[in-house]
Amino acid sequence: MKIYKAFLLSLVVILSGVANGYCLSEAFKGNIYQVGKLKPTDSVLRVKVGDRAPDFTLPAVSGGEVTLSQYRGKKHVVISFVPAAWTPVCSDQWPGYAIVRDLFDKNDAVLLGITVDNIPTLFAWTNQMGKLWFPVLSDFWPHGRVAGTFGVLRSDGTAERAILIIDKAGTIRYIDVHDINRRPFLESIVEELEKLGD
Amino acid sequence: MKKFVQCVVVAVAVISSLYASAAQPPAAGELLPEMKLAVPVEREHRAYLGLSSGDSFEVQQVKADVVILEVMSMYCPFCQKEAPNLNELYRLIEGNPKLKGRIKLIGIGAGNSAYELKVFRERYQVPFPLAPDGDYHIHLSLGEVRTPYFIGVRIEKGGPRVFYSKLGGFEDAGAFLEEIFRLSGLKEKG
Repeated sequence: MKIYKAFLLSLVVILSGVANGYCLSEAFKGNIYQVGKLKPTDSVLRVKVGDRAPDFTLPAVSGGEVTLSQYRGKKHVVISFVPAAWTPVCSDQWPGYAIVRDLFDKNDAVLLGITVDNIPTLFAWTNQMGKLWFPVLSDFWPHGRVAGTFGVLRSDGTAERAILIIDKAGTIRYIDVHDINRRPFLESIVEELEKLGD
Repeated sequence: MKKFVQCVVVAVAVISSLYASAAQPPAAGELLPEMKLAVPVEREHRAYLGLSSGDSFEVQQVKADVVILEVMSMYCPFCQKEAPNLNELYRLIEGNPKLKGRIKLIGIGAGNSAYELKVFRERYQVPFPLAPDGDYHIHLSLGEVRTPYFIGVRIEKGGPRVFYSKLGGFEDAGAFLEEIFRLSGLKEKG
């Protein structure tokens, strides 16, 4: 009987992977590593809405470093954690943000993209996306420290697909640790930004 | 043991058929898989497609001889790059009295919400309807193709029949239109 149960379980796992082609763009051709369907979330948040966001400094692909607190009193900050370079969904997320800078500007916000990859990997990957207007930051070393501080580091060392919005006062106003297999809709970010005002 | 072997055989057959049906884009000569697209909110787009009202429509209902479907995404860099070419294709069709009304364009936004497509349409001044496919349901039925992907169908009594199915954009809208015209078997009028 056990063998039947094990077999049926395997069957379910195999079938769940059938409809999983969410990295769509031909821009990446065959270079996207298919990870299959993953556990939707795999971490425990260490911050909550209303908390002061933990400060961090990370190196940017474009050079230099970006510190979260440099925006305090000046801009709202949207942080987009994505799991890893060259994986499905992630590769079709930031290119969309690349064409909506005005939606962030209009709401007096900046966007920071963060992954746990190193700079050379991020350089090659983001070059395939066209020109990104926002800083792409590497949380590679110490590995995933910033993701871990927020509680969005998964047990396999990748980050969650998460959106955090931090207001000008440095307070966390929105957290969406999204199903890693799905891309959050753009309107969910814009609606939250519009609530913040000045 | 015999039961287990039977179980394996059935499972392999099921998995194979699922892969076969889910993984293949529609090929020339086949009927387009059934799909329901959201009726456009914009009156001019409903008029363009020849639709009155309702929540959804099927490609077969489009008032045209030929429909070109572009499977695209706001998040796809190549679709962004391709947008001006599609706009030019639309202008070539609409500006030609022999083709206007006979060939229609529809974009299908794989994984895109209506809001995201509105953003895309405004960004690139897209003049033709874009239909959301937020849950990838249509994308799955079309074999989970990469984007942009073009499918040309001819509206026949039995349903929309595929005559063109190809991955990737085109550089020359005029040449693409000529190819569509030739492959569709459309006859010139007037």
